Amino acid sequence: MNRALVEIRDLKVHFTLRAGLLRRVKGLVRAVDGVSFDVMEGETLGLVGESGCGKSTITRALLRVYQPTGGQMRYRAADGPVDLATLNEAALARFRREIRLVFQDPQSSLNPRLPVVDIIGEVLKVNKMATGEALRERVAALMTRVGLRPETMHRYPHAFSGGERQRIGIARALAPEPKLLIADEAVSALDVSVQAQTINLLKDLQRDFGLTYLFVSHDLSVVQHICDRVAVMYVGTLVEIAPTDRLFEAPKHPYTEALLSAVPIPDPAMRGRASRIRLPGEVADPANPPPGCPFHPRCRFATDICRSDKPALTSTGQDGHAVACHHADSLTLANAFDAGPSPAPHSNSVTA
Amino acid sequence: MTVAPLIEVQDLRTHFFTDEGVVKAVDGVAFTIPAGKTVCVVGESGSGKSITGRSILNMVPYPGRVLDGTIRWRPNGAPPVDLLSLDPKGREIRAIRGKDIALISQEPMAALSPVHTIGNQMIETIRLHLGLSKRQARERAADMLAKVGIPRPKDRLDSYAFELSGGMRQRVCIALAVACGPKLLIADEPTTALDVTTQANILDLFRELRDALGVSILFITHDLGVVAEIADEVVVMYLGQVVEQGRVDDIFHRPLHPYTRALLGSVPRLTRSRPERLPTISGMVPSPFERPGGCLFHPRCDRFERGLCDRSAPALARYAGGRVARCFKAGVEP
Repeated sequence: MNRALVEIRDLKVHFTLRAGLLRRVKGLVRAVDGVSFDVMEGETLGLVGESGCGKSTITRALLRVYQPTGGQMRYRAADGPVDLATLNEAALARFRREIRLVFQDPQSSLNPRLPVVDIIGEVLKVNKMATGEALRERVAALMTRVGLRPETMHRYPHAFSGGERQRIGIARALAPEPKLLIADEAVSALDVSVQAQTINLLKDLQRDFGLTYLFVSHDLSVVQHICDRVAVMYVGTLVEIAPTDRLFEAPKHPYTEALLSAVPIPDPAMRGRASRIRLPGEVADPANPPPGCPFHPRCRFATDICRSDKPALTSTGQDGHAVACHHADSLTLANAFDAGPSPAPHSNSVTA
Repeated sequence: MTVAPLIEVQDLRTHFFTDEGVVKAVDGVAFTIPAGKTVCVVGESGSGKSITGRSILNMVPYPGRVLDGTIRWRPNGAPPVDLLSLDPKGREIRAIRGKDIALISQEPMAALSPVHTIGNQMIETIRLHLGLSKRQARERAADMLAKVGIPRPKDRLDSYAFELSGGMRQRVCIALAVACGPKLLIADEPTTALDVTTQANILDLFRELRDALGVSILFITHDLGVVAEIADEVVVMYLGQVVEQGRVDDIFHRPLHPYTRALLGSVPRLTRSRPERLPTISGMVPSPFERPGGCLFHPRCDRFERGLCDRSAPALARYAGGRVARCFKAGVEP
């Protein structure tokens, strides 16, 4: 976990807004506006933030569904580093096998007219990795690995439950033996009991196949369970990145603090915590971001400098912890845990 | 202190008659909503929680039908009315829908008209139910928007839904729901589509409204974190049946039903010591066409007893502290 698999540097993805008869450019949506971070080999990096923060746009840029407006996405391939941002389509094909996506919605991301064997096996066929009996064997092995019965490979997606469909999506992503798996809200649409099973499955697969995960989610409790490091985004910028335990124990950005304190705690005894922070206003519009720090209109610590200068992501001096806030050094922020006593869950009898 | 509940649901059965067969979406549901309290209905997909909410308004989508049951509606100690005995398209139930009982749905964009201003939609509802003049109705609409925390409410009346953010839209829906002074709000996953910081603000708003207006809330959700934040009482549903109802503290700290306990165990929590693996419930929610015999939960239950749980279905039984649970082994220590 010491080498970077992907180095993202100053990534920008802008979209033009057009309107009127002549489709003139009316504005610019800065969905991702100068983001830099590394994804280390073998780790799970969480990417969190609220809608419109640009977290999904980053995943789409990595897969080159969107063409980045600027910046680099250096990927450490087996035979030397490449910049995914500038490769042409033909050269990209290879890396589309190595970087795979698990979608949020297992309902709409599976072709209803294909049997599961084709859904999972298509990528193998297209890339001439397996055909015929070998392909079916490989699909059966993948299905077994993700906890599906291989006898069901000739059924269509509708015959499976939501949790099973998500396992099909995971098997499809795993088929060409990828290095990096991007999970974009991959467990958000699942019921809690199925969500827990899927999180455990993702952890097992990572251990067995040495996978690297970029785990995009808005659910901080899930992120805390699965991620080694967490990056927090707000309106197209990275505001904080740190190892998971440090981020939850000692957040340095006021937005991270607010995000942590907004997580509903499944314990009625914790209700009405005094430290709960309520953010005024709404998430800023990326087409019209405020000047200076994008968070300043909602920040209770904002001063003049926050209204004029955009803070850069700076190391806090602690290993791997960086924050983009002018006042990070002087703030004392609440962590995710110390809002009160945290009684142990009464669930020791649940089957594992 | 035995005050008659605002709503008493008994033996509610709502089935869907599809081409593939009958889906017993709600199958013998019984629970009560006390006046001025928030009752959360919690369950996984397919548990029938949303259809239970719709059945109270007798607005079940095709091909569903309420087959059986009584829903005793008792506002302000008046003699009870069985909502299910009213004609679903008749004058009486229409006078109740939107006025005494209002619905807040998950997707505010779908609940609001895209071609009418916020003001027009609110004024229409207010005039229909309260018989106010246009001007009075407009004033009331602006008051309501202010009450739910929308800045510059008078200007906002002339906005369209698409001009507002998701959180603001949900506030408009809540304003619309409380505009005619309801006794009961049915909120179906009202924060599921919202961001966490917005969700926290909307949950605060529900609490404020309950305290300020004395309104009862039937809050339907799958999120146990939200339940812990807002519920006075909790109804846990599984495959169209209530498996447990009780006060929120009892449900979270002293659950009687194995399903409730397992559900609580599988929720990821923010804790300092992260477990390597999350506890899970074995198996999955069965298909509605393959409902197990005996206790509906027995194939996934860790307290399953052969010859008992797979043979006969347990009834909803009463326990100390005004609690109910549907399990042969409820309360027996594991």
